[in-house]
Amino acid sequence: MIGYIIRRSIVAVATVWAVSVIAFAIIQLPPGDYVTAYIAQLQASGSSVSMEEAESLRQQYGLDKPIYVQYLRWVSQFARGHFGVSMLWNRPVKEVIGNRLGMTVVVTLGAVMLTWLLALPIGIYSAVRHYSLGDYVFTFLGFIGVAIPNFLLALVVMYLGFALFNANVGGLFSSSEMYLAPWSMDKVVDLLKHLWIPAIILGLSGMAQLVRIMRNNLLDELGKPYVVTARAKGLSEFKVILKYPVRVALNPFISTIGYTLPYVVSGSIIVSIVLGLPTVGPLLYQALLAQDMFLAGTIILLVGAMTVIGTLISDILLVWIDPRIRLEGR
Amino acid sequence: MSKKAVTEGAAAAEERIYVASQWQLMWWRFRRHRVAMLSAAVVAVFYIVAIAPEFFATTDPQLSEARRSLIPPEPIHWFDNGKFRPHVYAVAGYRDSMTFKMVWESDPNMKIPIRFFAQGFEYKLLGLIPTSRHLIGVGEGLEASDTIFLLGADVQGRDLYSRLMYGTRISMSIGLVGVLLTLIVGIFLGGVSGYYGGSIDNVIQRGIEIIRSIPTIPLWMGLAAAVPRDWSVVQTYFAITIVLSLFGWTGLARVVRGRFLSLREEDFVAAAEIAGASQFRIIFRHMLPSFLSHIIASTTLRVPGMIISETALSFLGLGMRPPAVSWGVLLQAAQNIQTIALSPWLMTPALVVIIIILAFNFLGDGLRDAADPYQ
Repeated sequence: MIGYIIRRSIVAVATVWAVSVIAFAIIQLPPGDYVTAYIAQLQASGSSVSMEEAESLRQQYGLDKPIYVQYLRWVSQFARGHFGVSMLWNRPVKEVIGNRLGMTVVVTLGAVMLTWLLALPIGIYSAVRHYSLGDYVFTFLGFIGVAIPNFLLALVVMYLGFALFNANVGGLFSSSEMYLAPWSMDKVVDLLKHLWIPAIILGLSGMAQLVRIMRNNLLDELGKPYVVTARAKGLSEFKVILKYPVRVALNPFISTIGYTLPYVVSGSIIVSIVLGLPTVGPLLYQALLAQDMFLAGTIILLVGAMTVIGTLISDILLVWIDPRIRLEGR
Repeated sequence: MSKKAVTEGAAAAEERIYVASQWQLMWWRFRRHRVAMLSAAVVAVFYIVAIAPEFFATTDPQLSEARRSLIPPEPIHWFDNGKFRPHVYAVAGYRDSMTFKMVWESDPNMKIPIRFFAQGFEYKLLGLIPTSRHLIGVGEGLEASDTIFLLGADVQGRDLYSRLMYGTRISMSIGLVGVLLTLIVGIFLGGVSGYYGGSIDNVIQRGIEIIRSIPTIPLWMGLAAAVPRDWSVVQTYFAITIVLSLFGWTGLARVVRGRFLSLREEDFVAAAEIAGASQFRIIFRHMLPSFLSHIIASTTLRVPGMIISETALSFLGLGMRPPAVSWGVLLQAAQNIQTIALSPWLMTPALVVIIIILAFNFLGDGLRDAADPYQ
């Protein structure tokens, strides 16, 4: 098991490294560098910068050094907890991102949790009562869930919320005072009241897939002799289904989180922009539109690293829960 | 029918199945899948529109006119007093003296007849043949841009229906070109990985693992935002396609690798090797045809993903940019809740996106079932 964890950790580190290279490339891609952009910003606000000042700024930020030195400088400041300065906000990136990263985790986990909570009973129902009306309804809903991209779904939900209830369904809190207030029980309740809409929008496609897998796995299990034996021995129907077949069929629930997580995080970025959630999504969007590449690169790296760590944790949990994987890992 | 005739008929049918080619068998099986057949027709219609959007459009998609801002949809009425006489009602607008908003009203007494294959604005069919015929239009002396608003108009008074037709070209073709790029990379890397195995396979598989564990949308957004603003429509188009394909090839590479791994052990490959066929010939003459159908099916299932990605990026203003017209660009107008609430017809492009995604999914499913020989 230790060997497996080490192997997975090495892959995780390699992945974060790959993300950091791409994020750095994104920072470097636009013509000009940080200082040119900074000077342009100053000039737009009326003040001018001399050539000497620009040169000293370049030296200060190390922009006169070769590209790999710049990359190493950029990466090493992360280790020291510095994330650079955002041009758009004129404040350290760390301050700008603030608790938005935490909110991203909340929204993502909320979506995954809701996916599990709903997919489990629906999957069992669809398998036990397969080819019933309910099964067809869920299959149809599932197909819609897979087919409609989540940002369009968010758009439609926004419109329906407005047209039917005349309410704004966006945001994670009732008011901006609530968002800025320190954490309390009221704030958590308020968050939970708003969280379910983005969670469903984000989780729908993953849920549809999970229901399909659960249904098919359980259908396979239900036909096996041990189920017939249990039933012949007079166990209650509840026990016959839930005690053994469901437990065996549950396996994909844990094993799929590894590759659903990147999709959910991806989706949360764009859904947050549409629904105006206080996650890193809208921040990344604004940074990209304003070509504030330092902020954008940092967000991309942080979101990527977060996803990789989440996947790593889920993989380790999987090995811990299901001993069969351990053998393959060796 | 006598019993003998029935058995003879069955034997003839069996005979037909024995001599049918692989593609014929697939076609027969595919034909039984009603929804997939319907979806194939929908996809075909969309591609016909994508080839000649000018013919289906009623007005020039760039023709803006503040006077026509946000005219609501005005559907075609097919019958007039029980006779087939397609027409639209004339639209007249006035400014509300209280809110200063334009209010549009259609006048059922003013009927404007619709003509088919009518004269309209001039364009070049397929970029070659100059003509001014359009599928629908109005008679002499009237301008289509002033009278026909099938799906309403946007804020700048441009006809949404015509813009939707033009948007089909970019959105549908980006899906196709993007998937073609991923297919090339996927077949190459997946094939190398599956055919040679060993350490090359290991390196490529770890690479795929890494790419798949990265959330792609933030990366796409970052790369797309780095596309210079002053690039032309064509340059942006290709840049966006490449950005989308950059992380999209891993799924296909996995499918191809899996097929190669299982086929490598087959007798006919061993026979070809013993007969002294070159590697090139084994791969392209013997192995590729036997899983081509499967590749086509999984490629079809990947087109909607591309279309969604392009729509999402353009919707955010990071992908295709005006004056280019794509479904995502059109949806930009539906970005804020006020606009949607007041003029919900601006969301029609979303409906079109959903229809084509469903169609591609059903088509792909049908193709996959038809291509699966073990059923």
